[in-house]
Amino acid sequence: MNTTTSGATRDKVARSLKRRYAAEKRFQAYGITAIVLALAMILTLFVTIFGTGYTALWQTMINLEVTLYPQDIDPDNSRDAAARTIAAARAKGIDLDEKAHLLDPRTAKQQALESDIATLSELALGRPMTADSPELIAFLKDKFLPANIGDEALVKDSLAAWLGNEAGAFNRTIQSADYLRPVKQSISDLFPEVSGRRDKRSLYEIVSPGATYVLRDMVLENPDLIGQRISVTVPMSDDIDQLEKGAIRADLPESERRVKDNQIAWFERLKDRGLIETTFNTTLFTAGDSREPELAGIWGAVVGSFFTLLVTLLLSFPIGVAAAVYLEEFAPTNWFTDLIEVNINNLAAVPSIVFGLLGLAVFLNFFGMPRSAPVVGGLVLTLMTLPTIIIASRAALKSVPPSIREAALGIGASKMQSVFHHVLPLAMPGMLTGTIIGMAQALGETAPLLMIGMVAFIVDIPGSPFDSATVMPVQIYLWSDSPERAFTERTSAAIMILLAFLIFMNAAAVVLRKRFERRW
Amino acid sequence: MQTFMLILAVGALILIGFQVGHRRSVAIVGGKASQLHSLPGYHGFYIALWCAIPALMVMAAWLVMEPILLDSAVMASLPAEFTASKTDAQLSLILNDIRNIAAGNIASERSEVTVLAAQRYAEWKQTSLIARVIVVLAVAAAAIVYARRRIHPGLRARNAVENVIKTLMILCSLIAILTTVGIVLSLLFESGRFFEKVPFTDFLFGIEWSPQTALRKDQVGSSGAFGAIPLFGGTFLISFIALCVAVPIGLMTAIYMAEYASRKIRSAVKPVVEILAGVPTVVYGFFAALTVAPLFRDTGAVFGIGISSESALAAGVVMGIMIIPFVSSLSDDVINAVPQSMRDGSYGLGATRSETIRKVVLPAALPGIVGGVLLAASRAIGETMIVVMAAGLAANLTANPFEAVSTVTVQVVTLLVGDQEFDSAKTLAAFALGLVLFCITLLLNVIALHVVRKYREQYE
Amino acid sequence: MSTEQRPVPTPTIGIPLMTDGTPKVAARNVNVYYGDKHAIRDVSMDISQREVTAFIGPSGCGKSTFLRCLNRMNDTIDICRIDGRIAIDDQDIYDRKMDVVQLRALVGMVFQKPNPFPKSIFENIAYGPRIHGLVDHKSDLDQLVQSSLERAGLWKEVKDRLDQPGTGLSGGQQQRLCIARAIAVQPEIILMDEPCSALDPIATSIVEDLIDELRASYTIVIVTHSMSQAARVSQKTAFFHLGDLVEFDETEKLFTNPQEQRTQDYVTGRFG
Repeated sequence: MNTTTSGATRDKVARSLKRRYAAEKRFQAYGITAIVLALAMILTLFVTIFGTGYTALWQTMINLEVTLYPQDIDPDNSRDAAARTIAAARAKGIDLDEKAHLLDPRTAKQQALESDIATLSELALGRPMTADSPELIAFLKDKFLPANIGDEALVKDSLAAWLGNEAGAFNRTIQSADYLRPVKQSISDLFPEVSGRRDKRSLYEIVSPGATYVLRDMVLENPDLIGQRISVTVPMSDDIDQLEKGAIRADLPESERRVKDNQIAWFERLKDRGLIETTFNTTLFTAGDSREPELAGIWGAVVGSFFTLLVTLLLSFPIGVAAAVYLEEFAPTNWFTDLIEVNINNLAAVPSIVFGLLGLAVFLNFFGMPRSAPVVGGLVLTLMTLPTIIIASRAALKSVPPSIREAALGIGASKMQSVFHHVLPLAMPGMLTGTIIGMAQALGETAPLLMIGMVAFIVDIPGSPFDSATVMPVQIYLWSDSPERAFTERTSAAIMILLAFLIFMNAAAVVLRKRFERRW
Repeated sequence: MQTFMLILAVGALILIGFQVGHRRSVAIVGGKASQLHSLPGYHGFYIALWCAIPALMVMAAWLVMEPILLDSAVMASLPAEFTASKTDAQLSLILNDIRNIAAGNIASERSEVTVLAAQRYAEWKQTSLIARVIVVLAVAAAAIVYARRRIHPGLRARNAVENVIKTLMILCSLIAILTTVGIVLSLLFESGRFFEKVPFTDFLFGIEWSPQTALRKDQVGSSGAFGAIPLFGGTFLISFIALCVAVPIGLMTAIYMAEYASRKIRSAVKPVVEILAGVPTVVYGFFAALTVAPLFRDTGAVFGIGISSESALAAGVVMGIMIIPFVSSLSDDVINAVPQSMRDGSYGLGATRSETIRKVVLPAALPGIVGGVLLAASRAIGETMIVVMAAGLAANLTANPFEAVSTVTVQVVTLLVGDQEFDSAKTLAAFALGLVLFCITLLLNVIALHVVRKYREQYE
Repeated sequence: MSTEQRPVPTPTIGIPLMTDGTPKVAARNVNVYYGDKHAIRDVSMDISQREVTAFIGPSGCGKSTFLRCLNRMNDTIDICRIDGRIAIDDQDIYDRKMDVVQLRALVGMVFQKPNPFPKSIFENIAYGPRIHGLVDHKSDLDQLVQSSLERAGLWKEVKDRLDQPGTGLSGGQQQRLCIARAIAVQPEIILMDEPCSALDPIATSIVEDLIDELRASYTIVIVTHSMSQAARVSQKTAFFHLGDLVEFDETEKLFTNPQEQRTQDYVTGRFG
């Protein structure tokens, strides 16, 4: 009875097949297209970043012969004065070299030993006296604030500071000396035919102003160089560097590029003379930030990121694990526990910039913590990563089978002992994996740190979590905002470095998971 | 530094306390530890905790109170004729100077009065330091002695220690609530101050945004306009573009991975797509500004369409790329949660794969996918760096994706980065925007989490 | 047809060929492997038209696996490999030219656990006819849904709530809905994989009656755990053990007078 209908089914199905398989193919094609698109986007992203970034690993340098004339570096001959002061002090039994901090104008606070006060005053005034002698007071009245008088400690400190400054005048001189003149002179020597102020200025522009820092560091290291003719390798300016790397094209009309025709000509001649070389760009990895691309480095930001993450890790790991253990193992099922859970889940999805607002309003304005400090950044990132760590840690605890807990409880261990002796060690790899992933998130986070002032221009390498600092992603943001073409490649290079750290952290998480993965 | 040394000293006392507790408990039962209620180690911890908690609490209280008391004492000690004519702002500057002089740093202004005050400040600070060391160490030592007396064989040291640990863990859990409370309170408080200056309705329904305020009090007519509608419009435009990119690609990727791809392809492609999730947003921002925006602008120029170099399109597309892995991994989860028996039922009727997916799997997974898309939308709305770097500051109210728009997050960053006074409407506006952002994302998250949970329960 | 009816399947013994017409399904030397596991060994069997054939045997004996070979549901499992020949109406279903969509439209299946789609009752039934393009008009579809539900004995219970989700029905109703869903495609063979194992006794007996009615129009193959169910609903019974087809005979004969020791042990409850 059914054969007719069945036959009909067969026919109808057969007739529909072509259309349906076409639809099937189309649908699969959509899927493959989506995947190919996604992969193509990843590829474009990485190719763009690496393509613009790898050139930053090299820097165009020039070999210059520079003569460090004493009249440029130390016109008042404070070197001899310093030598005399030091020698006189030594004759009186005070080793000023030993108290090098006295001579270092960079040290803000200076001190002297109590027993040296007489000797020091002799150096200053030509005769020894005690701290309370009227003559010294009169002298100090002249030199220092009236408030200091009568306070022995302050007088001693002030005197020592002054003496230190006198002896340190040489240091200060060579710190702040005009190293630009020798550099300019050296460049002019290469092109004696260039005259006229405008031409000379554009000639000097082809060498980086960083050349002066190179010279200063050399002189600070070895003051005997003053008066000598030395050979130094200094960076070319960022525009010439970009020209050499092809990022600034010489075939464009002069008005459309940042390098002038005559600068290109000079650079070509320098190349012909063999004075130009390309070296590995160590500055990028060792220096702090700078306004000049060829002097800017990522190290300050790396250290800032390190301190920030250190604070984050030290706070978020113990707190996160403790919270997860409580919620998973001890918390009673009631509205309060529910409230905590709802909070954690929601915090995990709150935009990061809101955490920045929280940090600004609470940590900076309410508690008066320092702006731009990694410790505050660490606190903000702690609040941000805590939900991630708690959620991952709870998942790790959940995956430990209840039989382990029952076994421990069954031999009379307390709840706490069963958790800390048995469950926690088994869940630890999972917790660590979650923590590493949370840290990787924190390392790439930018927006909340902008809110708490870590976006400031900071040249110095931070020495502690309380110093002003910036972090890698913020440094990337700052550089990407700079107009110089050379900062574009450095931004990409900084991104490569940041990605390298992230890949390392994620790989560590994967290895950890693979290594300790346990199936129950 | 001194604080650090003090903590070390307290730490040493804690260790001593542990030893004392351990020894005492063993000694009290004549070496037969089995007669103790708790192991000797717990007695050690018992004394260590007795030592640590009061000492650290005293120290923390001291550290909080010391600067407040010192400041007020120093300010009170200034000659009355010196302070009489000064405003609060000037006084706080003077206080700053005094602190700096006392710390040996460079102060903006030195005068006899401030230097003398600085001397007093340093002196009192020194006294306070010494007093603190003595008090804290004394408290720690006294606690050890007191707790040692309490040790007896029946002492439930373990229970006591465990209770303390449990309390600590509860405190850690409470941080989540405290964070939320902190966010809500700080946003509400600062927004409240903003709404004192700018009416609530002007902010929420105004269609002009130009937050320039008067530089000086006597400037007239430049009080700024704080209508946030253009920002909401820009935010939704960019988020919408992002979802238009991310949802089809993410969803189709997830479907292909879950239903078609062989295990080999899955294990190769999935981690690669997830790389996108690990890339910091600042990198996407740079990518948008460096590559995508110029590409769109130039492409537009070829076809004679004027595309702004800070177009909503570029920011939206790149943001879409960013949330692709988000959409795809969430969709992957929900698609895999659809039971195999559903698919079997459909295959058993002779449906092709795509028919099964489109007519059975996707409808079944729809609530979960919607939840995932809502979470992705909340992510897009709250995303900051991409729009800061690729979208503009111009708060245009437009639906044209080729024009530049500004978003809530961009304005929050612009208003707060840089040195600002903390009572101008301009900076406070950032908190009002933050509040709106928080409310919208919270709402989306709550709905999304609810939908996803309901969906999971359905198949559990 | 009948000339190739005795292809001497060597190790499988005691399989009398049941012919009261042409066999609907003819399986020859079928082997199934899951990865390294040899799940079905050299099974040969003829299944006749418009009869209920029951597969019985202890858990893991391969009866479900063999059933799923008949409409190639095993294709969805990556590691599954099949050799041998299974023909429906003399057409090899594992042939390259065989279209699996067409095959499954012809061979309906009802699963162990009722698996209605999370859609309305109407949509559940209409799904199959729609994807296969069996009806051209809405009225035909309504008619088809109604007749399918009627044949599954569910119409009276659900006619007022066709737009309600199928998941809201009771277990027995859900299973009948799944049967109606299979019928709606108008297949020729219906495979049932322990269709009553998730049902209570009353629902089971309703489904059993339904199977008996459906026998008039369809070839039905049912896998069951319950020997009494096999005895009640089937005309032929095949006993599987450890991947072997031990015995295949008329149901009554197999239960009263089994030829094989293993069959005897099983039907008398000595192992199971």
